Amino acid sequence: MVYNYYPGCTLSTKAKQLDLYAKKAAEALGFELAELKEWQCCGAVYPLVQDEIGTRLSSVRSLAAAAAIDGKLVTLCSACHHVLKRVNSDMAENKEINAKVNAYLELDKPYQGETQVLHYLEVLRDEIGFEELAKKVVKPLTGRKIGAYYGCLLLRPAGVMQFDDPENPSILEDFIKALGAEPVVYDYRNECCGGYIALKDKSSAQNMVSKILTSAANKGVEALITACPLCSYNLQVNAAAAQPLPIFYFTELLAEALGVKEEV
Amino acid sequence: MQKIGVFVCWCGSNIAATVDVARVAESVKSIPGVAFAADYRYMCSEGGQELMQKAIKDYGLSRVVVCSCSPRMHEATFRKAAQAAGLNPYLVEIANIREHCSWVHKDKEVATAKAIALAKAAIAKVKLNTPLVSGESAVVKRALVIGGGIAGLQTALDIAEAGYKVDIVEKTPSIGGKMSQLDKTFPTLDCSACILTPKMVEAATHENITIYTYSEIEKVSGYVGQFEAVIRKKARSVSVDRCSGCGICSEKCPSKKAKSEFDQGLRNRSAIYIPFAQAIPNVPVIDRENCLKFQTGKCGICAKVCPAGAIEYEQEDELVTQKYGAIVLATGFEPIDMAKFGEFNYEYCPDVITSLEFERLTNAAGPTQGHLVRLSDGKKPKSIVFVSCVGSRDTTERGKTYCSKICCMYNAKHAMLVKEKYPDIDVQVFYIDVRTPGKSFDEFYRRAVEEYGVQYTKGMVGKITEEGDHLLVHASDVASGAQLSVPADMVVLATAIKPAADARKLATMLTASIDTNDFFTEAHPKLRPVESPTAGIFLSGVCQGPKDIPETVAQAGAAAVKVLGLLSKDKLLTNPCVATCNEQTCSGCLACEKVCPYGAISAEYKLVNVKGLKERRLIAQVNEALCQGCGACTVACPSGAMDLKGFSNKQIMAEVDAIC
Repeated sequence: MVYNYYPGCTLSTKAKQLDLYAKKAAEALGFELAELKEWQCCGAVYPLVQDEIGTRLSSVRSLAAAAAIDGKLVTLCSACHHVLKRVNSDMAENKEINAKVNAYLELDKPYQGETQVLHYLEVLRDEIGFEELAKKVVKPLTGRKIGAYYGCLLLRPAGVMQFDDPENPSILEDFIKALGAEPVVYDYRNECCGGYIALKDKSSAQNMVSKILTSAANKGVEALITACPLCSYNLQVNAAAAQPLPIFYFTELLAEALGVKEEV
Repeated sequence: MQKIGVFVCWCGSNIAATVDVARVAESVKSIPGVAFAADYRYMCSEGGQELMQKAIKDYGLSRVVVCSCSPRMHEATFRKAAQAAGLNPYLVEIANIREHCSWVHKDKEVATAKAIALAKAAIAKVKLNTPLVSGESAVVKRALVIGGGIAGLQTALDIAEAGYKVDIVEKTPSIGGKMSQLDKTFPTLDCSACILTPKMVEAATHENITIYTYSEIEKVSGYVGQFEAVIRKKARSVSVDRCSGCGICSEKCPSKKAKSEFDQGLRNRSAIYIPFAQAIPNVPVIDRENCLKFQTGKCGICAKVCPAGAIEYEQEDELVTQKYGAIVLATGFEPIDMAKFGEFNYEYCPDVITSLEFERLTNAAGPTQGHLVRLSDGKKPKSIVFVSCVGSRDTTERGKTYCSKICCMYNAKHAMLVKEKYPDIDVQVFYIDVRTPGKSFDEFYRRAVEEYGVQYTKGMVGKITEEGDHLLVHASDVASGAQLSVPADMVVLATAIKPAADARKLATMLTASIDTNDFFTEAHPKLRPVESPTAGIFLSGVCQGPKDIPETVAQAGAAAVKVLGLLSKDKLLTNPCVATCNEQTCSGCLACEKVCPYGAISAEYKLVNVKGLKERRLIAQVNEALCQGCGACTVACPSGAMDLKGFSNKQIMAEVDAIC
């Protein structure tokens, strides 16, 4: 199986590991991530302005390109996934945005939001299945207490993202279980880490990070996993020195359990 | 040629403000067959009816069309008036120019044109009306009440007191319902069990009441006055006749891992159990899923220790068939599931509990003997936060859009009970609005605030987290705009209530309609609040909509009165607008039988005269007593053999022709 793949800018720079482990793991699981030709930055932040289409155009170009191939587009970075999925929903639901974007882009075929945007985790859950994944694990992470850090972008707004229950998600816990480790549920796993205000208001970001890490550590979490480069950055940079909890991309643990980590 | 009279009603300004009623009357006069047409301020008034009756006599009218409100409103009135003037009541047609016209239009020209079209359609139809005569059916003088909570008990008692037989069917092992789980009741703070158990005993000992506990309705057939219900008496595995209720079986039962339903899972119970001390009947039941004897074949201790020899492992479900004249639905409610409300941490945090769990926790007969303690460490809490509207007034798909109505009052009750017993505990209530309409209700709430010092904060709770050995309640304070993080040792969630899970199944079985929330629908929201739109089905208690105890009891009594009105009749007139099958054209395909929701159609081999030749073939037969006149069969019939009296295919086509 070959999936159209949208890596996004961060995965070619700061978050290379997230991308490399994902590709290696995919190979081990029997599918391939084929990078979309000429993908552009997703825009990084979903534009809440309703009459502004400029910041939506680049997302639509990638979505339309995927539609022209087989109609599926796999993402990995939480922020890219969030932006692509919401812009896609705009194209399907919002007539005004749809009309303006199509009028501007003049694509061969007008784009109506038909592409299915899948997060890598959704591929694991819905296309491969966690049970199948568990069968392919060669080095189970037995005994390791892993906390899932969801952040906000994957889950909300729940109606558009259709990813998991925003208040009590389970996809990452099920993923951790499939790798043979022990998922630990803690209170702040779906709270915002403050990544977006890390530059503007450092103390607020530190405060939010501290709550997340303390709550996880109190429940016995030994390491956190995330799918978001920004969260990963913020949770490490803005953590107080006294509370070092290793933060991994979920793909790193996946690669490790599948026995392909060293190849990267 | 028919002589048709057309009467156009103003309905005050309801119709006349939007429809030119005089023009409607004038324009129909030229239609062939119309012998008289007039408009009048209120056709339903005595004057209006007299006008119609006089015209029938003076002009020798053979048909009547009334252009007025919906037939649901006044069809019966006008039929009766025409009948009094010597006309068969089914020769009257209504053109609905109010709900279907004046109320939905603003432009008078458009509305008048539409009213004329509707009048023309009714005239075209009435020409083809035939006189119909109602049949009669007998009334079985016995009522069935489904649900043995306070609603069902009260309805049953009121019917029984009037001298009629009533059967109560309760699915759990005891009658009593949710009220038996409550500690105190608002606004008087009297003990719930103390006021409920006398009613339970009265029902159990009443000569006119038969109670089937641990029983469910399997099937209902028939119609108003003549229902037939099959009741499944689930196997109790204990003889009700021989058991003395000594309780030694529960004591000695080695399987004690099942969660007590009565105590909301806060305590374990044995596999053979009596749900609570005042249960009626005071006879245990074996929960076979958890019983070692049933699961492994070993054990059998209860049978060995029972001094009365009442244990009957071999007991099987028993089906009882009984006829009823009326059925009352009193199936009650249950709290919503908290699974979709992850932000409150209910699943992971033992000190976040629901209000019903709190009732058991403060009840002297509850799992802690009424000592208010935390479930996590058994310690007395120093501070408690109550959260209102958990899932109520929630427009997202996980919640309920309606107000659950009872929560504001029981929150105030809980807060006061805590303060009364333990003045040192801090109590805070988060709310969206405090709603306390009801006799002595607002005074009750004010007492909580003013006398007991309960802190009420307007704002919603967004998240509950664990911080060491206490909880943090993250909420907004709307008055100050502040984001609060309030430490608490215990949090109590006022969960929304929803109709009992089997309401939907029963609705299908009884063809009683339910709304999008699965509450049973009443025949009219204001004027017929305790009757279902399906004849002979009545509604009692929360199964119709959220209610507190006083309201439930009042409504239960009202439902009983409606049942008595029905049971006191010896005969009921049946609706003559039923389906009929043309044996000449019926091909016996029985497409009609498949779509009939009332089981009114059967098939029979009959000798039919086809073009002079006698032929024996399969013909559809309509049981007029069962047919409700819905017309589904007439649409399904490929050969047009099925027709509905009063709404024949020809009549409908004539209406369509008149409009087009």
